[in-house]
Formats: sequence, structure tokens, C-alpha cells
Amino acid sequence: METNAISRRNFLRVSGLAGTALCLGFYFPANAKNEQLISATGAEHGFDFNAWMRIDTNGKVTLTDHRAEMGQGSFQSIPQIIAEELEVDLKDISVVFAQGNPDKFGSQITGGSSTIRGSYKKLLKLSATAREMLITAAANKWNVPAAECYAESGHVIHRPSGKKLNYGDLVTDASKLSPPADIKLKEISQYKLIRKPLQRLDTPMKTNGEAIFGLDKKLPGMLYASVERNPRLRGKLKSFDASAAMKVPGVKNVFKIQMMVFNTTRDGVVVIANSTWAAMQGRKALKVDWDESGFEHVNTADIYKQHEELLQKEEGLSFKKQGDPDDILAKSANKIDVIYQTPYQAHAAMEPLNCVAHYQNDKIEIWGPIQAPDWVQGDISSKFKMPKEKVIVNMTFLGGGFGRKAFLDYTHEAVAISKEIGGPVQVIWSREDDVKQGPYRAGISYRAQGAIENGEISAVKFKMAGQNIDHWNTDKRGTANNSTTEGFLKPYYDSIKNISFADVPYEMPLPNMWWRSVYASTNGFGYESFINELAVLGGQDQLDFRRKYLRDERCQRLIDRMEEVSGWKSRKKNEGFGVAITECFDSTVGQIVKVSRREDGKVKIDKVWAVMDCGWYVNPDIIKAQVEGSVVMALGAATIHEITFKDGLVEQNNFYDYLMPRMSDIPPVEVHIMENTADAGGVGEPGLPPFAPALTDAIFDLTGKRIRKLPFKLSEV
Amino acid sequence: MINITVNGQRHDIDADPNMPLLWVIRDILGLTGTKFGCGAAQCGACTVHLNGEAVRSCVTKLSRAAGQKIVTIEGLSLHNNHPLQLAWNEMNVPQCGYCQSGQLMSAAVLLRENPNPTDQDIDDAMSGNICRCGTYQRIRAAIHKVAAMQTEGAKL
Repeated sequence: METNAISRRNFLRVSGLAGTALCLGFYFPANAKNEQLISATGAEHGFDFNAWMRIDTNGKVTLTDHRAEMGQGSFQSIPQIIAEELEVDLKDISVVFAQGNPDKFGSQITGGSSTIRGSYKKLLKLSATAREMLITAAANKWNVPAAECYAESGHVIHRPSGKKLNYGDLVTDASKLSPPADIKLKEISQYKLIRKPLQRLDTPMKTNGEAIFGLDKKLPGMLYASVERNPRLRGKLKSFDASAAMKVPGVKNVFKIQMMVFNTTRDGVVVIANSTWAAMQGRKALKVDWDESGFEHVNTADIYKQHEELLQKEEGLSFKKQGDPDDILAKSANKIDVIYQTPYQAHAAMEPLNCVAHYQNDKIEIWGPIQAPDWVQGDISSKFKMPKEKVIVNMTFLGGGFGRKAFLDYTHEAVAISKEIGGPVQVIWSREDDVKQGPYRAGISYRAQGAIENGEISAVKFKMAGQNIDHWNTDKRGTANNSTTEGFLKPYYDSIKNISFADVPYEMPLPNMWWRSVYASTNGFGYESFINELAVLGGQDQLDFRRKYLRDERCQRLIDRMEEVSGWKSRKKNEGFGVAITECFDSTVGQIVKVSRREDGKVKIDKVWAVMDCGWYVNPDIIKAQVEGSVVMALGAATIHEITFKDGLVEQNNFYDYLMPRMSDIPPVEVHIMENTADAGGVGEPGLPPFAPALTDAIFDLTGKRIRKLPFKLSEV
Repeated sequence: MINITVNGQRHDIDADPNMPLLWVIRDILGLTGTKFGCGAAQCGACTVHLNGEAVRSCVTKLSRAAGQKIVTIEGLSLHNNHPLQLAWNEMNVPQCGYCQSGQLMSAAVLLRENPNPTDQDIDDAMSGNICRCGTYQRIRAAIHKVAAMQTEGAKL
């Protein structure tokens, strides 16, 4: 709830340091339930560069990006929001990344596609407040009514006289004013920047080598570290022989190190050297004896076999149930009972994990590609018993994240190594480390049962079996996966009267965690594939079938748009069309995939149409880019790669056996955005889940073959 | 000492001749625009020009570059006025941006050798560069854009 207008007492005003500046921010008391509580950064915090917005006397505006920039566009969309209501030109805005500090910024985890939807209302209000204060300061100076003044391009202008003052000349006076209680925000139709496909502010520095990613951070005297970790996911170290490694020129030191992975530890041997190359060469020369007894020796085939057995014999933990699907299924003659399976997936961000850490007696400082600087601050503070304010976590650009860089293992390990050597160090993971060590998105199996009577869905029963991220927290064992229905469209509950979802607990000590769109990335395949199978069972068109069961106005408009842009009704005989619609993080995305046979008989994807309904939005071109990229990532997970285990070891190593979609693999993707005024939804993730079920549906349409297990090879269909 | 010329500047490098150029460029010369992605010539993030040819610097030994000319992303144009940079900017190509140095260096060689590439030509030339964000569609469109700029007289 937005409680109060920004009060004078809490409003951050700054004089001192290099001249006066007008700074605005919010304060998030530790006990606040959510970020919606608006107050201002308190004067008791003194000068604070981490205020969200600062206008200097030279008119320059500095914004703090409290979230990570890992490709999704926060570096662009946050300034675009602020510039709109503040009435400044984007070129006059510079952006700095916040340090980890939840007291100042609230939650900073870049995840759940939450950057814009979690903060846009506050950012609009913040910038409009600053604008009004600057207008009032100018009106007072000119001794004219504020209503005769307006703001434009970093200036306040007195309409009748044409007099004009730069914001920089007004900040001193403005900072002495009380913020107005009521702020009127622009209507969507008045936007000059928001909803426009503006160029990203970070592109120039990403095309000339200037952007600093975690791996690019250098400190004076910094050493480099490469760690050989037990390839068995919880295995221990017996002993190691460093004599050959120590002979590699540049190698300084070799010692045992432990990294926390959730509540378990992973043993490693670290090689410290004066260059990345020397550290890697030293590591190759290590002789290590691992303790592998008692640790998991699982094979991938066994995991899915166990899932299947559980799904046949266990009812699992009920997550959601309405009506009595069991009773109807027992009596129905027209029913199906099938299993869908999704693979384990690595994140495989292009920038391998890395972290620079400098442990000192009185403070710890970290730089890196970090999705959750606030979490890292808390984690390092508690593990190294250092007061939180002495743990400084600096975000760099991230060379991809997809959830992996919101984990705390690599930052913990880097600090532990720095502590041991007593100086700054950069720990660099090799691609092999990145691929082989997880945590992974868990592969999941779904049992789907459904019945059709008189062309209508009479009952649906879903059960999922697979590792649960929540179960790394032992307190949550025995509860159903909180994300059991993630990805499934809520309007179905109004039209499918008998439906149930259950989670059949499956424990396996392979580290698993969120991966772009989290459980929706796998649930979407199970649930939407099944809706398509039910449509076929009921003898109906898949799109019309959804129209019938998604009686929500936004869904209806989305379906109409999907039909219109894809030419669904005019499809030809030798073309296969497939569809899926999923919802996650408050946005709904529908996709239609078209396939055909090439001359050599192999199936090819001709085109993907995606329609995104994310409510209020900032930059349509960034949204399109996110959906295009989501489709490529989904294509990889559906048809190109999976992580497999043999005797407890990950079988893949690098991009030569954990293959990636390449330019020659991708279909054209056409993205459409629904216009509406609903609250903003997420953008970075929701475009991923519908692709796989839409693709397999298209293949069924073309070939009559139903694919229920991912990944599959397009060349083998 | 091994002498190399990077972006027009001569350097005497005192390092293991087996050290890949990637680490020479990044750790010794401090030019961090060239990225480490796989260390196995699989992803193209480390692509630089060696005497005008696109090479994977993660597997190119320092000794191979002795007396040779290297151009990195910093040498393409620091001022962002190279046609490729203009097109990348206009079409909002990068997302995370990590692979884009390599993409640009590969694209520069493609366009020098084939000023008017087809989609197939682009796919063939660019398929050694992985982009996990999936910006391929835009990279392809931006390369076409640069080809058009070239026909209009822009210099690569």
C-alpha cells in the first residue's frame, strides 16, 4: 500500500560535499512488509549517493539502478521511466549500479521479472515529485503562480513570459521545499518516452569494449584463482599433491577451499597465480584424491524411471483441487493418461561465473556479476561474521544471469579465498566448471489425466514429480512445491470445474535452482501440451478450444490477436500450426509455431508468432528483444541440450557437448504487444514457457506424432 | 619478449609463449573488451583480428602472434562511429552484451570479404558465435543494414 506522501521530515535533502544537489529516494525499514511502503530516505542517513535520483547544480541527473543489468534492460527502462515524469532528456541522465543495501533499496534481487513491475509506480511518483518541486522553486524565484510554469528538457519555463531556468539553477531552492502531497501522474496518452522503442543506453559501451562485466574488474595487486572442485556434487577432498602445480610459472599458492552450496559444502583445491592462464595451468597440474564414497551415483535414466513409478503409485501432496476429478476420471470412457518429461538444464550464461573479493580485517568488498547484491551482503555478513554495513557488494554488468547469478556459492568461495591469501583475488570459473557444477533447473515429470464428455473437459488431474528448489531449506520438506501451478492460466479454473494439481515429492541431492521463468519453464510444457491433447480428444481446434475455456477478457483479446497475426485460419495443408499460452510473473504470452517439411523430409520451424500481454510497459523494443531471446533459449532447451548424469557425474563439459542454438538454428520470431492499462507485468521470463508446447503441437499437427519428452531432435521427428 | 602490435600500438610481452592471446590481451594489456566464454574455440566471444583474419584468441598462442598485427574490439572504433556499431545501436542488438565484441569482430570480417551477404552467408559466417540471450535475429538484420550502408558509401 502506498501510505504517505513523501514528508518533509523524511525527505532527503543534501547540501555539502561538492555543492548542493536535489536527491530523492525511498527508505525501506527492515520491518516493512513490502516495497510499496513509500517514505523517503531519512535525513539521518546523511549524504547518500545511493539515493535513487540526484540532480546536481549543473543539471546532470544521476540515477541509481538498484537492480542488475543482465540483458533484460533495467539500465534503459529505469531511466526511461524517470526521464518521462522528470522532464529531462535521456542523454542528460547517467546511471550507476547500486551497492547491495536492502535498507535503502528494498529487495534488489533481479528475478521473477520484477524490476519494472515492482518499482515503476514509485519511480513515476519520485520523478514527478522532483519535477513539481523544481517548478515551484522557479515560480517562487520569478514570483509567478506555479500553474503558469511547466517543465521540459531539464528546464522550467514560464509560459506567459517565456522565461526559462535550468534544473541545475533550481536544485538549491528546490531542496529546501516540502515535497507536494498530491502528485498527478501523466496519462499514458501523454507519454513522450515511455512506450517508445528508444535505443538502449548501454549499447554504445557494449559495442566498443567499455562495459565492465564482473570478469573485467581489476584491482591493484589482484591475484587470479582457479578452483578444482569435487566433480561429485557433494564429494569431499581426501588429499592433494601441489608440487607440479607450484612449478608452473606464476603460481603462488595452492590450498584447500570449501564452498557453501545451500546448506552443504563442496570441497575444492584452489590455485592462486598472477594471471588467469597461470592459475588454469597450475590447476591442470594438480593431483587430487577425492572422497566419493557415500555420495550420489545417480544416472539420468533412473531419475525419470523413479519419477514415473512415483507418479503411478503416489497421490502426492495436494496443491490445488476443485470439484472431484478422481471420481469423474474413474467413470469416464473418453479419457487420456499421459506422462510429459522435461530435462535438467544448465544456465550457461556467456559470462562464466566469477567474483572479485577483497577481505580485509575491518571490511569485505566484492565486485561481480551479481543478481542479488542484497542477498550476497546478508550471506557474507553472516558467514564471515562481519557487520552488514562493512560488507560492500558492487554490481557490474552481468554477461547473462538467468537465475544462476542469484546464487551465493561463488561469492562465498571468493571471499573465503581472499581471506586465506589476505589480499584481493578474482576467482574465474572455466566453462567446464560452469556447465558441470550446477545448480541446475531440475527435470520434471508430469502425469496428466483428463476426460472429455460431450466435447467438454469434464476433469483434469495433474501430478508433478521432480526436485523442489524449496527443499534445500529443510523446514520446507513435506510441503507441496509452491510453484506447482506456475505457468498455468488462472482463467481455466473458472471453466474447468473439476481439476487438481499435486506435487509428488522427489528427493535427489543434485543441486537445483531457478532458471529463466523457473517452474513455468517446465510446467508450461506439461500443462499446455495436455490442453492441446484434450482439444484433439474433443475434436476441436486448439485455439478455439482455448477461447472456450479462457473466458477472461484479456485472454480473449490475446487469442484474437494470435489468430489474426499468424493467419491461423488460413493455414495450408502441408503446414503444421501449434499453440500454447502461459502466464507467469503477471504477464501472459501466447505463441503460435509454424512448421513444415524440408525437401529432405526433415521438420523445420518456419516461424514463431508471440503475443505478449504485460499490461503497462516501458520500451516495446526491449520487450520484443526479450521475447525473441526467450524463444531462442526455449528452442535450445526443447531441441538441443540437456544436462545428464552418469554415475553421479555430469556428462557434459563445454559448448562442444552442451550445444547451444546458433544463428543457423533459429526461426524468425515476430512479437506483438497487447495495449492495455493494467498494472505492469514481467517481461524477461514470460516469453519462454509457451514455445516448447506450441512447437510440439505444431509437429503433431504436421506429422500426427505427439512428443511428450524434451529434449527431442528436430532432425529425428 | 614477444613483440605484438595491438590496435596499432606495439607491445613487448614477457609471458609464456603458450599463453593464449586472450589472456595476454585481457590480463597483461588490460583490454577487457575481448571476452572469455569457453576456452575451446566454441563460442566466439574472444574473437579478434590477427592480420585481418578473425581468430579465436582463447586458443591462439602468443607465439603465433609474434610480430603480427592484432585488432580487438577497442580497435574497431572507440567512438562508436563504425558502421557496425551504428547499426548495432540503431537496432538495439545487445542484451547482456557479453558476446557482442566477438559478434562484431566476426561480422567485420564477413562484411569485408562479402559486402552484400545473403541470410545464408551471414548464418554461415556467424554460426561460430554463440549468443545465449538469443540476439541472432537482430544481428542478422544489423549486418544487412551495414551492407546497405556500405553500398551507400560508408567505410568499414
